[in-house]
Amino acid sequence: MRGVIERIGLRALEAVSELGRMGVFVGGFVRAGVLPRYRVRRFMDELFDVGVLSLAIICLSGLTVGAVLALQGYYNLARFGAEGSLGAVVGLVLVRELGPVLTALLVTGRAASAMAAQIATMVTTEQLDGLRMMSVDPLDFVISPKALAMAVAMPLLNALFIVFAIFGGYVVGVSYLGLDAGQYWTSLEGAIVFAQDIAGSVLKSVVFGILIAIIATYRGYTAEPTAAGVSAATTGTVVTGSVAVLVFDYAITALWGV
Amino acid sequence: MQPSPVRDFLVGLFVLAGLGALAYLTFQVGGLSWRGNGGLTVYAAFDDVGGLKQRSPVSISGVKVGEVSGVELDELLRARVVLELDGTLEVPADSAARILTSGVLGDQFVALEPGAEDDILQSGDEIELTESALSIERLIGRFVNDAGLKEE
Repeated sequence: MRGVIERIGLRALEAVSELGRMGVFVGGFVRAGVLPRYRVRRFMDELFDVGVLSLAIICLSGLTVGAVLALQGYYNLARFGAEGSLGAVVGLVLVRELGPVLTALLVTGRAASAMAAQIATMVTTEQLDGLRMMSVDPLDFVISPKALAMAVAMPLLNALFIVFAIFGGYVVGVSYLGLDAGQYWTSLEGAIVFAQDIAGSVLKSVVFGILIAIIATYRGYTAEPTAAGVSAATTGTVVTGSVAVLVFDYAITALWGV
Repeated sequence: MQPSPVRDFLVGLFVLAGLGALAYLTFQVGGLSWRGNGGLTVYAAFDDVGGLKQRSPVSISGVKVGEVSGVELDELLRARVVLELDGTLEVPADSAARILTSGVLGDQFVALEPGAEDDILQSGDEIELTESALSIERLIGRFVNDAGLKEE
C-alpha cells in the first residue's frame, strides 16, 4: 500500500519536473531565436519542409473534407427544406473547428513526426554534441528555426485548407447537387463574421502551431540516444501532439467561444 | 543543406499563397472592409429586432445595398441597429426601415423603403421611421385578443 502511494507521489513529482524542463527548453530556444544571430537560411529550409512539403496533403484533404461536408450537410438540411443554408454550415464548421484542428492533426502526422525523428537521430548520432564542440548552440542552430517554421506555417496552411475546403463544398453543392451558386456564397459570407470566426480560426491555428512546435522539438531533443529512443520520440510527438491539439481546441472554444 | 534558388522560390510562393488565402478569408468571406472607404453608416432604432444580427443584409427593393454592422441597446432600451451602406447610395432622409423575414428558416433582413424628400441620408444620420420585426407570438396574442373582444 505504501509502495503504491510512494509511486503516485514520485510520478507527480516527475511530471512537474518534466514540465519544468520543458519550460527551460522553451525559454532556451525562444531566447536563442530572439537574440542575434538570426538563422534566416535555416528558417527558410525548415519552412520548406514544414510548409511547402505539406501543401499537397493539406490541399487534397481540404478538398475532400469540404466535399463530404457539403454532401452530409445537404442530405440533412434537405429534410428541413433548408438546403440554402449549406454554405453557412460548411463555412462555419470549417472556419471555426475543422480547419484549424484537421490542419494541426495533419501537420502533426506529416511534419512534426519527421521533425522529432530528425532531431532524435541527431541526438543519437551525436550531431548535436558535434555542434556544441564547435561552440554552435544546437538550440539556436537546429531547434529555433524548426519551431519558428512550424508556428509560422500553421496559420498559412490553415487558411489554405479552409479555402480549398470551401471550394470542395462548392463543387459538390453547386456542380453536383445543383444548388444555386449565389445562394451558396451568400449564405457562406453572411454567416461568417471576421471578428469572431476568422480571427478565432487564426488564433487557434497559431496556438496549435506553437504547441506542436514545442512538443516535437522537445520530444526529439530529449530522446534516448538509441534506435528505440528515436521511435519513441516520433510516436510520443504524434500522440501527445494530437491529444494536446484536441484538448486546447476545447479549452479555447470554451474560454473565448470561437 | 545547399542553398537552392528553386527552394527559396517555392517557400516564397507558399507564403504568398497562404497570405492570399488569409486575405481572401478576411475580406471576402469574413466581410472585413477597409474603414473610411466612403461607407455610409446610418442608425435605426427598433422596438424589437427579432433575429437580426451582425452581417444580416440590408436591401432596397430586394437589392442588397449593405449589411448590419452591429445591434446594441440605446439609452431608451430600444434596439439600435447600425447599418453599413454603400457609400455611393443616395437615400432620401425620410426613408423607412423595416425588418422582414426571408426564406423558410426565417433569416431576417432590413428593408429600406425610400421616402420622397430631397435631402439624402448622411453618415451618422438616424432613420426615424422604423417597423419592428414581426413576432409570431405577438401576432397570435393579438389575434386571440381580438377574437375574445368580438365574442363579448
